[in-house]
Amino acid sequence: MKKAILYLNQFFGQIGGEDKADFAPVIKEGLVGPATELDKKLNNAQVTHTIICGDNFMGSNQDEAVETILGFLEDKEFDIFFAGPAFQAGRYGNACGVICKAVKEKFGVPVISSMHIENPGVEMFKKDVYIFKGGHSAAKMRKDIKTIAKFGDKLLNNENLLPAEDEGYFPRGIRHQVWLDSNTPASDRVVDMLIKKLNGETFETELPIPKADRVPIASPIKDLSKATIALVNTGGIVPVDNPDRIQSASATRWGRYDISSMERLKSGEFKTIHAGFDPAAADADPNVILPLDALRVYEKEGKIGKVHEYFYSTVGTGTTQAEAARMGKEMSEYLKEANVDGVILVST
Amino acid sequence: MANLIPVAKTVGSNKIVPTISIPYPLGNPDTSKEQQWKLRYHRVGVALDALTTDIKEQTVFTVKI
Repeated sequence: MKKAILYLNQFFGQIGGEDKADFAPVIKEGLVGPATELDKKLNNAQVTHTIICGDNFMGSNQDEAVETILGFLEDKEFDIFFAGPAFQAGRYGNACGVICKAVKEKFGVPVISSMHIENPGVEMFKKDVYIFKGGHSAAKMRKDIKTIAKFGDKLLNNENLLPAEDEGYFPRGIRHQVWLDSNTPASDRVVDMLIKKLNGETFETELPIPKADRVPIASPIKDLSKATIALVNTGGIVPVDNPDRIQSASATRWGRYDISSMERLKSGEFKTIHAGFDPAAADADPNVILPLDALRVYEKEGKIGKVHEYFYSTVGTGTTQAEAARMGKEMSEYLKEANVDGVILVST
Repeated sequence: MANLIPVAKTVGSNKIVPTISIPYPLGNPDTSKEQQWKLRYHRVGVALDALTTDIKEQTVFTVKI
């Protein structure tokens, strides 16, 4: 029987919620949480160990986390490595990608994860890791585990692998030369495509070119001492009654709040409603996310012209990139109207 | 200003200034108020300077504190 090891975050590793997100990595013999299901579904391997690490620990101490985990693995025998499923949890997706990539580089074993398409971990790591198209939330746990177990079995069995789309993982940008069953020569296929294109019909290219979503670099501010600077954050800083009822996760709403008469954001008047991290520090001093106090001093010192009279806020956890882009566009309309010259966006 | 630099890079931020953590990007509550202030003042200053910098490609700016 071959051997598999699974990586989980603090939540799925049953250590705890956000208050345990700083949890340093551990390795446990046997099965924890989703490892039981993975072990059940894997036919060609046994899950021997579960590694657990807090998402914030991985995010803030990546080198240390990776080094520790690679250390755990040095004396273990394993043929395949799994991480997640991470669903739409961005920090978890990042952690799964980081550790899978490191394990692959050091030990040369196949690495497999599963994430929702909106998880930023997909874009970051799909080239290095088999990332399967997973569900939005843990409700899809069984289905997503079944998928990665099935593919793991195929790899361990040295079966013939199909293209990414057919297997169900995000394309890694690797091109293989294949013989088509149809035996239609390329010259005929390309003319068929061209005719379809001319007729406005849909056709499937055999050479997809990945699209990179980039915005042009803004031209630099020439005279900062005359510039109006605005503060935006995705850390969920709002007045304590959250008047716009911005959601604590998967936000679709945003708000802007008048700070024209304030030197700093006071605890008790502002707080964070972000559900993706321990709010204690930001509730005690909201300026650690929305640095109004520092920007005011730069205004007094004359480094900047003035602080824009509103700050803008939403929550960035579980928020889809499409919603984030829409909210960003809506905010920028107000910023343009107020002739704001530059924005500092603090992301948590 | 972000803690997860690789995420900021992937989503296409052009000018990136590192922060120190996810729950408290600009002030570690385990340090003194004065240290938190120094760090925050410094990094916000780096962000302001970044706004005036002419760059040709995605750039992560260097912070000293």
